[in-house]
Formats: sequence, structure tokens, C-alpha cells
Amino acid sequence: MWSWSRVCRLLAVLLVLGLTSVLVLGQVFPRNETLYVSGAAWGPPSDWNPFITWSKANTTGTIGLVYETLFMYDPLTDTLIPWLAESGRWVNANTYELKVREGITWTDDNPLTANDVVFTFQLAKMYPAIWFSPTWNYLQKVTQTGPYEVTFEFTANPLYQEWDNNLYNIAIVPMHIWQGRTEQEITSGMNPNPVGSGAYKYESHSEDRNVWVRNDDWWGTRLLGLNPAPRRIVDMRFSTNTVALGSVIKGDVDLSNNFLPGIAHLTQWGYVQTYFAGPPYMLSANTAVLFLNTTKKPMDDPDFRKALAFAINTPEIVRVAFADLVKVANPTGLLPSLEKYVDQDVVARLGFSYNPSRATAILASAGYKDIDGDGFVEAPDGSKIELEVTCPFGWTDWMEAIKIIASSARAAGINVQDKTPDYGAWNTALTTGTFDMTLNNWAGMSNTPWTLYNLLFRHPIQEIMGSGNFGRYDNPQMFALVDQLAATPSSDEAGMKAVCSQIQELMLTEMPMIPLWYNGLWAQWTNTCWTNWPTETNNNPIPVAGVSVKRLPSTWSGYWQMGGLLTLTQLQPTGACP
Amino acid sequence: MSRYFGRKLLVYSLTFFLAVTIDWMIPRFMPGDPVQTMLSRGMLHAEGLEVMYGYYTKAFGLDVPVWKQYLNFWNALFHGDFGTSVYLFPQPVIKVIMRAVPYDILLLLPAILLSWFAGNKFGALAARSRWLDNTVSPLGYILTATPYMWLGILLSWVFAIVLDIFPIAGAYSFAMTPHLSWAFVGSVLKHWFLPFVSLFLVKFGGWAIGMRNMIIYELEADYSHYLEALGAPRRLVRKYAFRNAILPQITGLSLDLGVIVAGALVTEVVFSYPGIGYLILQAIQNQDYFLIQGCFLFIIMGVLLANFAIDIAYVIVDPRTRLGMVGEGA
Repeated sequence: MWSWSRVCRLLAVLLVLGLTSVLVLGQVFPRNETLYVSGAAWGPPSDWNPFITWSKANTTGTIGLVYETLFMYDPLTDTLIPWLAESGRWVNANTYELKVREGITWTDDNPLTANDVVFTFQLAKMYPAIWFSPTWNYLQKVTQTGPYEVTFEFTANPLYQEWDNNLYNIAIVPMHIWQGRTEQEITSGMNPNPVGSGAYKYESHSEDRNVWVRNDDWWGTRLLGLNPAPRRIVDMRFSTNTVALGSVIKGDVDLSNNFLPGIAHLTQWGYVQTYFAGPPYMLSANTAVLFLNTTKKPMDDPDFRKALAFAINTPEIVRVAFADLVKVANPTGLLPSLEKYVDQDVVARLGFSYNPSRATAILASAGYKDIDGDGFVEAPDGSKIELEVTCPFGWTDWMEAIKIIASSARAAGINVQDKTPDYGAWNTALTTGTFDMTLNNWAGMSNTPWTLYNLLFRHPIQEIMGSGNFGRYDNPQMFALVDQLAATPSSDEAGMKAVCSQIQELMLTEMPMIPLWYNGLWAQWTNTCWTNWPTETNNNPIPVAGVSVKRLPSTWSGYWQMGGLLTLTQLQPTGACP
Repeated sequence: MSRYFGRKLLVYSLTFFLAVTIDWMIPRFMPGDPVQTMLSRGMLHAEGLEVMYGYYTKAFGLDVPVWKQYLNFWNALFHGDFGTSVYLFPQPVIKVIMRAVPYDILLLLPAILLSWFAGNKFGALAARSRWLDNTVSPLGYILTATPYMWLGILLSWVFAIVLDIFPIAGAYSFAMTPHLSWAFVGSVLKHWFLPFVSLFLVKFGGWAIGMRNMIIYELEADYSHYLEALGAPRRLVRKYAFRNAILPQITGLSLDLGVIVAGALVTEVVFSYPGIGYLILQAIQNQDYFLIQGCFLFIIMGVLLANFAIDIAYVIVDPRTRLGMVGEGA
């Protein structure tokens, strides 16, 4: 018979064994040196490979904290910041010369040179599965013209707008580590213990966190005088937004980039701080667009689409679905950071806003009337109109939004019902074009209006539209204009504006899709342990590498190089946390 | 006896084959395309998307006819290869599961066993004591009838936010890396406590009610009355009643243990505790064929093993089963 003491002893031994099996040199992070963030990760960390971009949500920081880009970009002042590159310029229409900054080292002490830049671009030429390999459609040759000089030679028509975008999104990897790797390791490898050049190094991870530790030998401190304040960044993953909200209230999180519907109240009660002190509280990060399937009746009729644009009660969506955390979009769909490309004259003439009587008037004059007396209009040819508006199940704010879209359309006499399929089913309907109308927001903050127009008017129309123009709006005139914008040098601002104006004129006349509201750059923080966060009133341009730029309070993947990292360099410990 | 177990094994193998086949089929019948879903999260260049879609469809082996995928699946399974997760690309499924499973066992094993012991004990006592019956039984009913999600959120709100004595998320402090120290062990226990208590409470109610009702039923059975009529002491009657009442409880226990790898889905969501339950939820939402298959394979094996264990346990604890086998052999 087993005695209790024996059982207890056995359990103790097992416990010790279990603990030693996970034993690493453990430590407790001092609170005053550690920054706790959340809202970027939605799953356990899976890899540290900068070429697998879609999983970077779960390991934000792989690009930005560990691997760095040639330039950074500040969307608030529309400035490219020379980063790994000291300078870059077009010497003629199809040659771009880049000077790599001297004195940068990888975390294994090897220098970062032109070699590494050329190597990174060559990888995309060899392996089509690398996301920026299409750049090689117009890039011809990348040559190293000196230890720190790189020359890019292009075909006759380089896509200047996309090129600028690449400059701050392509992460440069060390050649001496990656050159021995196979295609499979490069395109699908986990790349554990990454060696980068950035301000932080990988330290550890577990199911619900990533821990990054400061690179005290970072070139940015030596060459640019930038000092990232937190010694450690702990990126926490929560299962639900409810838990995230609880953690913010408890003070466990310094900066939360989760979408938390109640933040307006918490800001007013002083629990947290946000970028703006009043509505919409958040900066605008991307545009929610209602795509209409133009291959289906009656969405193939511009008058019908226009009537719908006037019928949708977007102010109600902002107030009810988002509790004032978002703002109604400009009819062109361009984010506030790209406002200079909006032709105000075109918007004044052709723009739309919530106006149900205008909607019914347009419907009536276009021949839509209620024949069978059910309260909903029939098409001019007498056929019934029954449409669905969709978004993925579980996206609670959007689910609320499509309810309002459907009910306000019904109020104007258009029979629309809201449906919420699973993400997979929604995605299939979206890309194969079987939906009626659906929401999408895949164009975020960018250096160019082309990013949005490339989403809205992606062409040619193919069987699967995986990355834009989901409603299959087919208009060669529009496609030509978007191509013209893509090939306009970014230095030619007047040229860009002229093309944008034509695009907007055509878009608001035809109304192939309806931009509704701007989703926020969700960010709420406390000033308990760290202070000097960027806000509307506390975001004076700071000098970085010869330019003056602003900061963004975001830890999302892709935003570190858009002001997220600079936020870290300006933080100050309050000293109130032990 | 060997014939008894031989037949059982045959039935189990057949069940395993069918269950795994269904497990393979169901995610593939869901509308949607996992590779498309995976790539759509990357906001990629349009030209790149086309190429990458082809590349990764091939990498996941989804470019061959469905019947071939099915054969490849069994072939890989017998080589111990569960495939690569789509949602957590490029991690192998087996690694993803192995990393998450310890958390589930840490949470569920104590909760299941302790609630079973305590529930049976209190249930049996309640059946004999009016005072206990008036307190434990209503409490048990309330606990089992409480929507678990609600109970979890309530516990977390009261103890983690209002009273601020327990953490709200994670398996150990976010300020620590795992190491051997009292501080770390304390942190693990502190994070474990609320999820554990929530599971324990709900399960406890179920066991207690089940046991109470069974004991009352058994005490009213003919054999109990016969024993009493023969003048057997009450202790003896109760002993026999308990031995009969415990049988369905054993079945329940092993079925509970069978789903140990996934039984804490809601707990893990409410308390943001790592584990396989949360992974299953994400795998389904992301149409991760391979991770869904892997997780449910573990559940299937768990349930089958648990059933097998019941078969053996019954032979030991219930003499009638043994007698039945002798009769069968004769």
C-alpha cells in the first residue's frame, strides 16, 4: 500500500523534474525597464522569418525591431527617412542609386554592406515565393558599385510608387547567414534566433508572448543618437478583447493596440490616454470600403450604386458600431494622411453623404419603383431585388456595421439583409466574386494613394481576385489611369495630383464601390510607468537622420518603420514603477 | 478473456479508422481555401499572390486529387507525420500540439480528479443527510446549470479586476522567463488557480448531483431492501449501494479524461490561458486542415483509450462483467 508521504515525495520529485526540463537561465524583468504591449499578436509565435510576411502579425518586431528596412516612412509628414540607406535617388528615369550607411553592424558583429542589400534583392529574383519578387517584373539588374554603393537598373517603365513602398517594407537580411540556405529554408523556414541589425534582439517566446531585449550595440545609437528607452519589450497575446481590456484596467499593459469598444469612456474617466483627447480618439489607419459586385444586377447600374451610397447611414455606424472611435471616410476613400491628393472640387461636385431622400430620388429617377407593394423597390425591368451584405463572423464591430448598412438600405427601399459567414467562406466568396456586397479594408497607411487605388481597381480581372477589385469593376479607362499613377515619379507631386483627380472624378461618377469609414490605429496607453507618448498635442517633429518626423503609437507589424520605433526612442520612464 | 478483448480491439480499430476518416473529411468540406486564407493575411502584392498561392498549395500537398490526398494522409500518419500547420506556418502540427498540451494537462487533470473525488464524496454524503442534501444539492444544481462562460468571466472580473488578487491572463507572469525558483512556481500557481477553480466548481456540481441521485436509487433497489430485510447493518447496505453507484461515475470520469487535451476550450478563452482548446478554435476559424486533424486525432485517441480503460476497469470493479465473460467462454 502506498503511504501518503511516499506519494507526496514522488509528486515533489516529479515537480522538480518537470521544472528542470523547462529550465533556462530564468529571470524576472524589472518593471521600470520593461515595456508591456499587446494587440499585435493573434496566435502563438510561429517564425522569425522576415520573408513570411503574413505570420508577422504573431511576431511583430521581426521586421522593424530585428530586421530593418532601407528607409522608414512617416505618414504624418509624408517623409521617407533614410535608415539603413544613407541616401537614395533616381539618377535618370530608370536608374536608382543607393548609398548604404557606413558603420552598421549585424548583431553578430559583421558589418552590413552593399553586399547584403544586393543579396536580399537577388533572393526575390531566384525565388518567386518571396513576396516582393514581382518587383523583378520591372527591375532588371542590381549591382554593387562600391562597398556601400548599390545601383538598381529598371526597364523602361518602373513603378515608382510601388518602389518607394518597397524601400520601407523590404527587410534586409545578412548575406553571410542566409546564403547557405536552401529555397525551402528561405521561403518556409522558421529562422529561430534571428540575427538582425535592429534596435532589439530576440530573447524568448512562449505560447502567449514574445520578449525582445535591447541591442545595446545598435548602430542607431552610435550614428543617429537614438536611444530606445525600454530595455525589454514584452508583447502579450490575449485570447479575447475582454481580457485585453481587463489588462489595460489593471495596468498590466503599457500600450494596447487592441480594438476596445469602451475606450472612449475610459479615456474620459482618465484610465487611459489616446492620440486625440476627443472623437475619434484614434488616428485613421485604413479605409473600410463596401465592395459591390458589379457583375450582378442591379449593382451593375451606376445609378443604383450611387443611390446606395446616399442611403447608408455611416454616422450611425460610427456612433453605434464603433462608439465614436472611427470617423466617416472621405468619399474618395483616401486616408487623412493622404488628404493632399484629394481633389476637393471633385468631392464637392460629386461626393456623397448620408441622405435618404436623395437616395430615394435617385432610385425613382432611374426607374426603380415598388411594384408589388412590399415596401422595397424592384429593378426597372420589374425583377425583384434581394441582396446580402456580408462580413466574417466574429468581427463584432463589422457585424454591427453591416446590420446598420442593411437596415438603412431597407429604409431607403432597397431590400438588403446582413449575413456573417465564417472567415474562410467569406474569403472564398470575396475572391471568387460570388458575394453581393461586402466590407474590406486591405489598404492601410501608405506613402502613396496608389496603394488604395491598386486595391480598388486591381486589374486585369481574373478568375480569382485575391488582392483587390473584388467587385470586378471592369473599366479600361480607370485601369489606364491607375497604371499612369503607378508610373508617375513620386517627386512629381503635381502629376500625381492630376491623375488622382481624374481617378476620383471617374470613381465618384461611377461609384463602383463605396468608401464608408476609417478604421483606427487602435492605441490606448497609460502614463503609469512610461510617459511621453505621441498625441495630437505632443508630437512635434523630431530630427532623425537629417529629416524631421513624427511618431505613431503602434506596435503592429509594418508600423515599427512608420513611427513605431521612434515612439520607443522618445519614451521616458516615470520612475513610479519599482 | 482474450476473445473479449480481441473483439473489443477490433471494434476500436474500426472506430479509429472511421473517426479519423471523418476527421480528415470535415475540414475539407467546409467552404473556403486555407492557403488563400493564410495569404490574405499578408496583404501581398497582387502579382506575387498568384505565384505564392501555387507554391504553397503544392507545399501543403493540396494540389493533388482528393483521393490521393487521403492516401497521402494515412501514409504520412503511419510515418508519424501530422503535416505542417497553415495557421502557424511553418510549424509542424505535432510541435504545435506538444507545446500546448502540458498546459491542458496541468489544468484539467487536477480539476477532473479532485472534482470527481470531492463530488462523489459529497454526493454520497448528501444522499444520507438531510442537512447536506439541502445545501450541497441546490449548490450543485446551480453550479452545473451556470453557463460556464459566465461563471468564468464573473470569477475573473471579481478576483482579477475588482479585488485584484489574481492575474487575468497567461500561464505565468509576463515579467518572467521559466526558471526554478519559488517566485516562478508561485507565479505559475497563481495564474493556474482561477481557471482551475472555475473548472473544479462546475465539474464538482455535476459529480455531486450524479452520485446523490445514484445512491438514492440504489438504496431503493430490491437488493438493498432484501439485504435490509435480512437484517444486514446499514453500513453494509450503503457499501453495496456505493459500489453500484460508482460504476456510471467511473464511466463519466474516463470519458472526461479522454477529452483532456481539449476539454478546457472555454476556460482558455476566458482566462487567456495557453493550451490546445484555443488552438482548435483558431484552427477552425483559419481552416487549418492539418492542425484541426491533429487536434482531433488526439481527442479521438484519448476517447478510445479512455473507453478501453473503462472496459478494463469494469472487469476489475464489477464482478458481473467477469462472470459474463466466463459465461461467454463456456
